[in-house]
Amino acid sequence: MIGGVPSVSRRDVVRLLAAGGVATVLPGALAGCGVSDPRPPVKGGRLRVATNNSSTADTLDPAKQAVATDYCRCHMFYNGLTSLDEHSRAQLALAESIESRDATVWTVKLRRDVRFHDGKKLTADDVVYSLRRHADPAVGSKARVFASQFAEIRAMAPDEVRITLIAPNADLPVILGINNFQIIRDGTTDFTTANGTGPFRCKEYTPGVRSVSVRNEDYWRRPPHLGEVELFAIADENARVNALLSGDVDLINAINPRITKQLRRAGLEIFESKSGGFTDLVIRLDQAPGHNPDFVLGMKYLLDRATMRNAIFRDYAMLANDHPIPPTNPYFNPDLPQRPYDLDRARFHFRRAGLLGATVPIVTAPPAEKSDDIAVLMQASARKAGLNLDIRRVPADGYWANHWMKVPVGFGNVNARPTADIIFTQFFKSDAPWNESGWKNERFDRLLLEARADRDEGRRRAIYQEMQRMIHAQSGVGIPLFISTLDAHSPRLKGMRPMPQGGLMGGAFAEHVWLEDA
Amino acid sequence: MMLNLQIARMIAVRVASALATMLLVSIVVFAANFLMGGDVAEAILGQSATPEAVAGLRRAMNLDQPAYQRYLSWLFGLLAGDPGNSLINNMPVLDLIGPRLSNSLLLAGLTALVSVPVALVLGIAAATWRGSAFDRTISLVSIGIVSVPEFLVATLAVLVFAVMLHWLPALSSTRDIDSLSALLRVFAMPVLSLSCVIIAQMIRMTRAAVVDALASSYVETARLKGAGPVRIVLRHALPNAIGPIASAVALSLSVLMGGVIVVEIIFNYPGVAKLMVDAVATRDMPLVQTVAMIFCSSYLVLVTTADIIAILANPRLRHR
Repeated sequence: MIGGVPSVSRRDVVRLLAAGGVATVLPGALAGCGVSDPRPPVKGGRLRVATNNSSTADTLDPAKQAVATDYCRCHMFYNGLTSLDEHSRAQLALAESIESRDATVWTVKLRRDVRFHDGKKLTADDVVYSLRRHADPAVGSKARVFASQFAEIRAMAPDEVRITLIAPNADLPVILGINNFQIIRDGTTDFTTANGTGPFRCKEYTPGVRSVSVRNEDYWRRPPHLGEVELFAIADENARVNALLSGDVDLINAINPRITKQLRRAGLEIFESKSGGFTDLVIRLDQAPGHNPDFVLGMKYLLDRATMRNAIFRDYAMLANDHPIPPTNPYFNPDLPQRPYDLDRARFHFRRAGLLGATVPIVTAPPAEKSDDIAVLMQASARKAGLNLDIRRVPADGYWANHWMKVPVGFGNVNARPTADIIFTQFFKSDAPWNESGWKNERFDRLLLEARADRDEGRRRAIYQEMQRMIHAQSGVGIPLFISTLDAHSPRLKGMRPMPQGGLMGGAFAEHVWLEDA
Repeated sequence: MMLNLQIARMIAVRVASALATMLLVSIVVFAANFLMGGDVAEAILGQSATPEAVAGLRRAMNLDQPAYQRYLSWLFGLLAGDPGNSLINNMPVLDLIGPRLSNSLLLAGLTALVSVPVALVLGIAAATWRGSAFDRTISLVSIGIVSVPEFLVATLAVLVFAVMLHWLPALSSTRDIDSLSALLRVFAMPVLSLSCVIIAQMIRMTRAAVVDALASSYVETARLKGAGPVRIVLRHALPNAIGPIASAVALSLSVLMGGVIVVEIIFNYPGVAKLMVDAVATRDMPLVQTVAMIFCSSYLVLVTTADIIAILANPRLRHR
């Protein structure tokens, strides 16, 4: 149980500053395991888990982890300096405290009771090595964008690291909780096995085949309940579901909303994680026809969100309002009116754009989850509003490199991000690497930096709400829904709790769950 | 003597042409990989492939070398017995292939063990009593089965035997095998799914070959001499039909290495077919090339074996 661990959220940093650098200890925000279940957890047993994606590209290198299978494994073998809780706030993990007076120079104190699986004590050198390597392109880190904020990372004492940022960022504790910043032993270059500080040790690992993890009895927190976890992937959805139905596995991820009823009837449990992830309509503003704002607006009015939610996602989704902040986020703007499904207005804008009767290609692909279904619904609506959408389905292979952000009208898919700052920086800032629609707005960029350095919670909220309004009105991105992640498990598996980071408790399930009949 | 010489010469020619074929195949596969576009750096970075991150990773992985240079260094490595490391996870290609190749060989071997005798017996029997109700039933059923795709057989088998009846595991893991009954349980459904298709093919080819031989003049002679139908088939027709039958069997079995991707995926069986798919999807050149060589050589071995069997079985060569 991680209850009782001190919490560092942005509020605390503010208070921590006011109090002159004394860390504030809050009661643990993470509910203890088993709150919803009256019986105490059972120790032992072997859990078999089947995820949806595994190949020779599987990795035990935290910097490279990219899919659910990697997240699950890395969460078993490693810890971060912080971890993210169910409100996406940072909770201390390997760090004993994280402090800063100016949100630029940060002092991280490490716990002194932590050992790697090979017995070596955790020291500042390990942290420095783990964080610095993201800047090296040869590592192929997925978190390089975040790491570019680190100006300097230095070991000040065996249990103290100083991180200096290139500009103030009050969200650093949250950023350090991102999976890719998990801590490995100083000098590690071989990832054929894992040597971390995590709740499980790596007993067997073959990329594209499976991994077997065993409980780390010397874990610095309470050791996990499960004795062993076998994790492999069954890419085919039917085969994955069949394996659960036949009892060959106890937990699977990536369930299609269509089959939730069937699984419930068979006595299995559906596990919904509401998250801020979405599939978005992407219209390039720097190409025809997207350079005409009327076309963009008309397309946004074509999104029949209620029907999409019901027909495509069986209500396992939340309405979105063409900006990336979900209603569960504390910075969500409730005053922004929901953009309706309105064919008359769509027709009005298409006419103003001179596109009535025109045919516009729209590109869909499997990696942009359900983009095909969304496009089909849009096509039917567009016809009624006087526009022909020509759906072009392209293969998954090479989609991100060859089509995404290149075609005039297409789709993207964005996983939940822990902070508003991160999603704005990565996807909406003028020079963002994934500025999907090519939307450029100087004021937006300025507001982003202003909010990042601002320590006043009220002002930050006001700024973020204004930024949502700007994206909603001007960007070339239409976000119809926030899609829940669905997993399914046998009733003997207990202790699962939804996390906003994604399915399978954001990948961290293994540390928390137990088998009732173990 | 004559026979041994002929076989020896044939094998020598075959080995030489096999090596040439493999060289050619490796060049074609490399070129195809090249034409496909994208590279392993983009595959690793996926959605986060910004131009500068890709460039940096390419440099670090020596992907900025000219293509022919990368091909040659792989080829010389292979000739020296080391096809290099996987680009995507840096593990030795041989370590990645080893366990999965033995899995594939085990599955292929068991399938052959079941399907070849069944197909031969039924095919020969159908030819012996051709035109009978038995023959027509076999023909009808085998056409029916050959037209059902294996993913349907496999999925139905899982639904019935694993999901509904709980008799067999839905997944086939070789690690669960500790006894003969466990072996049967693990392989029952994959072998069944694979056998369905190739048995049907082999039955039809075997029947055709034997029927062909039965129409020959020497069988007519034997019949005039008063030989019974069984003796005519086994003693006179079959030895002449073995050549075409062996070729048909070799062709059917050659599918069992690279062509079983559907069964590997449905039963989550870690074989070389899925490995090849992974390797292509991630543009992992050394792995793609090496697995292609394995597919190519297994095909050549099967075809050559069929030819040798054909020569050995040919009575005109044997009795000289």
